[in-house]
Amino acid sequence: MNKKMLSLPYLFWCAAFILIPLAMVFYYGFTDKTGAFTLENILAIATPEHFKALRISILLSLIATVVCLLLAYPLAMILARMEVNTHSFIVLIFILPMWMNFLLRTMAWQTLLEKNGVINSVLSFLHLPSLNLINTPGAIILGMVYNFLPFMVLPIYNSLTKIDQNVINAARDLGANSVHTFFKITLPLSLPGVISGITMVFVPALTTFVISTLLGGSKILLIGNVIEQEFTQTGNWHLGSGLSMVLMLFIIVNMILSAIFDKEGEANAL
Amino acid sequence: MKKLIALGLCTCMTAALLSGCGSANKYPNGKVYVYNWGEYIDPETLDMFEKETGIQVIYDEFDTNETMYPKVEAGASNYDVVCPSDYMIQKMIDNDLLQELNWDNIPNAKANIGAQYYEHSEAFDPGNRYAVPYCWGTVGILYNKTMVDEPVTSWSILWDEKYADSILMQDSVRDLFMVGLKSLGYSMNSTDEKELNEAKDLLIQQKPLVQAYVIDQVRDKMIGNEAALGVIYSGEAIFTQRENPDLEYVIPKEGTNVWIDSWVIPKNAENVENAEKFIDFMCRGDIALLNFDYITYSTPNTAAQALIEDDDIRNSKIAFPDLSQYDGLETFSYLGDDADALYNDLWKEIKSK
Amino acid sequence: MRNAARKIYITLIFIFLYAPIVTLMFLSFNASKSRAKWGGFTLKWYKQLFQNAEILQALWNTLAIALLSSLIATVIGTVACLAMQYMKKRNRTIIMGITNIPMLNAEIVTGISLMLLFIVLGMKFGFLTILLAHITFNIPYVILSVQPRMKQLNPSTYEAALDLGATQLQAFFKVTFPDILPGILSGFLMAFTMSLDDFIITHFTKGPGIDTLSTKIYTEVKKGIKPEMYALSTIIFVVVLLLLLLVNHTPREKSAK
Repeated sequence: MNKKMLSLPYLFWCAAFILIPLAMVFYYGFTDKTGAFTLENILAIATPEHFKALRISILLSLIATVVCLLLAYPLAMILARMEVNTHSFIVLIFILPMWMNFLLRTMAWQTLLEKNGVINSVLSFLHLPSLNLINTPGAIILGMVYNFLPFMVLPIYNSLTKIDQNVINAARDLGANSVHTFFKITLPLSLPGVISGITMVFVPALTTFVISTLLGGSKILLIGNVIEQEFTQTGNWHLGSGLSMVLMLFIIVNMILSAIFDKEGEANAL
Repeated sequence: MKKLIALGLCTCMTAALLSGCGSANKYPNGKVYVYNWGEYIDPETLDMFEKETGIQVIYDEFDTNETMYPKVEAGASNYDVVCPSDYMIQKMIDNDLLQELNWDNIPNAKANIGAQYYEHSEAFDPGNRYAVPYCWGTVGILYNKTMVDEPVTSWSILWDEKYADSILMQDSVRDLFMVGLKSLGYSMNSTDEKELNEAKDLLIQQKPLVQAYVIDQVRDKMIGNEAALGVIYSGEAIFTQRENPDLEYVIPKEGTNVWIDSWVIPKNAENVENAEKFIDFMCRGDIALLNFDYITYSTPNTAAQALIEDDDIRNSKIAFPDLSQYDGLETFSYLGDDADALYNDLWKEIKSK
Repeated sequence: MRNAARKIYITLIFIFLYAPIVTLMFLSFNASKSRAKWGGFTLKWYKQLFQNAEILQALWNTLAIALLSSLIATVIGTVACLAMQYMKKRNRTIIMGITNIPMLNAEIVTGISLMLLFIVLGMKFGFLTILLAHITFNIPYVILSVQPRMKQLNPSTYEAALDLGATQLQAFFKVTFPDILPGILSGFLMAFTMSLDDFIITHFTKGPGIDTLSTKIYTEVKKGIKPEMYALSTIIFVVVLLLLLLVNHTPREKSAK
């Protein structure tokens, strides 16, 4: 069994189903409707509307990612301390909501957040003032956090469980208190998981469009909305591809970051 | 973990088995591939068609004209019958994607569909060569009687600051601009840059007052009393009234969009004969009635209209308005790629403010 | 005190995660078709669900595609990880970079690019095209799960097996495989999950007559979600939850971990 042959199936798959389609996107991105070479699809990111959409998308995704991180890290720590034989149970409890259809779950949030929705009904029942929750940037962030939280929790949880308890014990023996131990030992060792989680949340959040439509009242134009419209409404695949290529920059940035922070290649996502 | 996966696999397979293996029924007369809007037909009519004709219906659904178009154009799947909307039919005709109908093979179409609908169809199908109307309707303002106590007669009420954050507008380019252009007294098929920019400015002005831009959600939100006013399709209006009797529908005096969704046969259809049988079947009075009951969108089928038992519905101003009473009624035309691009750019400007 | 704080925190997160699910469950018993108002309790959607051949067919398609694509992706992904062990570091980084692309690219771009590929190849859109697309975006999740485990392996164990006379295949299955199994399983699970819920990519790569639950729901959004969908979601949820509880409460033989 030749070692080189082992890699052939996957190399073939990469070439056929990842690289070639990507090349097609590049082709569309670099041409216009007549087939002539042009840079205008990529430079289109600089138009006021597109640029604003990109800025807002980056801002919202960043906030959602940070919120995810802040919520997920303590959760991962708590879960990591639980018994070993509940490990799979925990993983599954977090994956379970993802088996419910994404669209239905987001629409359920509408029912919860609306002016006359469940949350406001409960509040008025308790004679508390109603909250204006839906159709706001906050609702979009909530939707993003809701959808991507498991992707942040699982990698961090995985890297936390891999930390050798003896290292922690050694630190304690040497006189470090909990806070000290956390910042000097736990956090650095869990960094690959954190990077993984950030990647799996930030980049998909950047291109989402369903959440801003359903929970943001479609009043905020995100770059994901723009790209989706170019492909489905306007039918201008060239522009859509060009803008997507700009977004791929983020993928490249991520790869560079991973290479720096993850020299050992320990990228343990899941 | 392993046990769970094993159990899971077993359950999956059981569920899969329970949900039925493929039908081994014999369909002696071939197939027909139908591409229609989601939830836009009574499934029973498909069963009836299959039983009566022995033709198997392979049914596919789309959610917007714009997602339907690339699929038909690319020809990756050859549909025999498609149900696009007015302007999209014109675009398909212009791009040579449709074939002319042989009216002799679809007798019910000429007999049962009212002449006025064919007249309106001339806007996008000159000479009535390609399309058979299936559903039609208007677009109007749905308002909540408990939240709006003045008479609603004009599109301009949607700009009234009294209703800030209580207005729902349509989240689609042409529909949104239709409201803007109509309230300025312009044609909704305008390609004049000055007029379009005026409409754009008007819509940007309105944006702070808009609660949300929605397509289908307008229905549930109005039922739930979330908003006082909403732009809605007539077919939805009937459904919402059933669920929430406080809702009223009105066509503004400046006029509106009279839309028609029609059956067409693409050029690359492989089962043209079966397609014709399908269209003819759908034009039968009893079948059209079944569909009307199921979808609640108005039918252009006069035979079906006569069969409607409930007087209220048969005479309903929402379902079957007397079009001659209104001014400014238009049907969408296809404006060409350049005009479309202009519309889209202006729409993006509005959305990004 | 610490303990109570932890318990409260977990409970709050749980409520957050499951609130919409519970809402869906309530809606499945709602006599009104509209999600905005409660029309009374009813079981009719459940009854209608089992009579609705299209939804059941979509369910079958969804499960079949998810199962098949995750299985195949797991095999290809695991073999790929094995192969990468023997690659030069630089090649490995390149391959990992390429692997990330489907996962990080906007779904709509992946969907359209695959659709273009299938058109160019002249393929008829149908079950196969959806399957190929799903395998493509599943493989990265498998690789990202298996790779770390592979890195942690002690190469000496494998070599020892070879020294003791095992063939490469035997050594793999008896030594390597059990060690990376947790990674393989979680990769499979992740792939299955992603495949179940996908609709954009499926939408662009499917043919007429084939629907998954996701695409079916998506096309219904315009005219109103059939409450049968809520009923179906509730059933799926309850079934999986029961499975979970069942497995977790069976006699403990976990100490062998």
